[in-house]
Amino acid sequence: MMLDVQGLRTGYGRIPILNGVSFTVKVGEFIGILGHNGMGKTTLLKALMGYLPATGGLVRFDGDDVTAAEPYQRARLGLGYVPQGREIFSGLTVYDNLRMGCTKQAGSERDTIAEVLEEFPRLKPLLDRSGGALSGGEQQLLALARCLCGKPRLVLLDEPTEGIQPSIIDEIVEILLQQRNKSGLTMILVEQNLDFIAALSKRILIIQKGTITREVRPDDLGDPSLVGEFIGITT
Amino acid sequence: MNARTLNFLGMGLVGVIGVAFLILTPRFAELDAVLELTIYMIMAILALSLALIWGYGGILCFGQSAFFGLGAYTYAIAMFNIGESTVPLLLAIALPAAFAALLGYFVFYGRISDVYLGVITLTVTLILFNSVNSTAGPEFHIGVARLGGFNGIPGIPPLNYPGNRTAVIDLEGMFYLSTAALLAIYFGLRLLLASRFGRIIVGIRENERRAELLGYDPRAYKLAIFTIGGALAGFAGCLFANWGNFVSPTIFGLAQSAQIIIWVIVGGRGTLIGPIVGCIGIQWLTTALGANQPSGSDWWTRLLANAPLVLGIILVAFVLLVPKGLVPTLGDFGQWLLRARTRRTTSALEPKQAEER
Repeated sequence: MMLDVQGLRTGYGRIPILNGVSFTVKVGEFIGILGHNGMGKTTLLKALMGYLPATGGLVRFDGDDVTAAEPYQRARLGLGYVPQGREIFSGLTVYDNLRMGCTKQAGSERDTIAEVLEEFPRLKPLLDRSGGALSGGEQQLLALARCLCGKPRLVLLDEPTEGIQPSIIDEIVEILLQQRNKSGLTMILVEQNLDFIAALSKRILIIQKGTITREVRPDDLGDPSLVGEFIGITT
Repeated sequence: MNARTLNFLGMGLVGVIGVAFLILTPRFAELDAVLELTIYMIMAILALSLALIWGYGGILCFGQSAFFGLGAYTYAIAMFNIGESTVPLLLAIALPAAFAALLGYFVFYGRISDVYLGVITLTVTLILFNSVNSTAGPEFHIGVARLGGFNGIPGIPPLNYPGNRTAVIDLEGMFYLSTAALLAIYFGLRLLLASRFGRIIVGIRENERRAELLGYDPRAYKLAIFTIGGALAGFAGCLFANWGNFVSPTIFGLAQSAQIIIWVIVGGRGTLIGPIVGCIGIQWLTTALGANQPSGSDWWTRLLANAPLVLGIILVAFVLLVPKGLVPTLGDFGQWLLRARTRRTTSALEPKQAEER
């Protein structure tokens, strides 16, 4: 089991957001998480990453109990996180951004970056540019590439398609599928773009009021009534 | 010309000017000028310590003068007790570094945010000022060294060559030592910042949360850079105690703390050469204005004789008009000139190409 979450609770200050989330993710599995705005999707990822402290429950990553671990410790263990809004280092060049991502082996930075860049041809001509000068789509690709430079085993992706041109969305789908086939990457994806989530996930968890209420298959997303009821998106 | 070659060119230029300055000054300048330049070099080392932790680490520390003063007092006290300068010199670096590490541990691991960090470091400085200030009586002594309170400690023995306490370093030697140390520290910091460690420090300054989520512990890195800054300030303090053979609690005072920050603001945050230039420029100006006694009763001569007022105007002007600081603004201007030249040459080429087609 790659990730085992049992009854995870967290919140901001005294306001509880997650009221006992439980699910498991197998190695190489791509999981989608859908829900209304404000149901706790991003909060769940932040809690998994350790950025919000867990007030209850258990998180096991690859057999290790990481419930109380600091974010940087989880990242070292192989949890990669691409947050909403991308958060690249806008003052650093694209290349330096990627170097910051190479947290694992200090020695072979150049090889790691070259390897990752093979998958991101769009970034290659931009290496000397500063991160802030890239378009939104390019920044998203950079955030993803930087995450892959750390050789994560499980990637948490928070709304990667938000405000991004369709051609780059297709590229992201392709890159992620390739990573799964090549290196057995596992992924948890929070998303509101139904096509994107259907193209990538095997199972989709529906989150409502801080708990997981239902699990659906990607085909079910073609049913407008079900989508309207559980996800709050009318198509 | 790309950024990397410009960078190397700049470093080479600093090296050549620095070495030329080091070798030529004592041959051509009078002794009082050399003495004056020595203090500029010492203060420039202090400016570098803040340039490192504020400009690159993003830690706004009002307390560099605390480490500076601790270095000076440590050297003085150890020197009276030991008499040979090798150990006091090392202590004057190690003790402020340890103090910075202890303070930094509580601040960074307690996750105290930037503004409070400024307040805490300033408070520590003032606590040191007040405590040292009130140790005037003969009952306050460490070993044979009397702390002297607000009177300070006069007659501090100068540095000597390691191991030989009779071979004292003279005034000219102090100039060589300070200038060489400044150059060594400048290039050492350039190396440090070009390394993986330096890159991570800048990454943390840019976006601390992001760096943490990537797998770096920002607290440990900030603590490390803060400790290095403390050690450098302590070393500068040791040289300062040597320069005047005297140290007093004003070294911990508010004016001293603010001055270091002003050097960095005027010279330019995020560069190393900027704060050096800012420090030397402002000190030179302070000295020049201080020497300028009002000779007439015109309003401008009286204004120019008021050094704090002129310096204040300069600081306000810099914050409002040149917020990036002197060196980064000059760099931008140079790049603009370069671009303007290439633009002219390319526009001159265009008709020719059209003809060929």
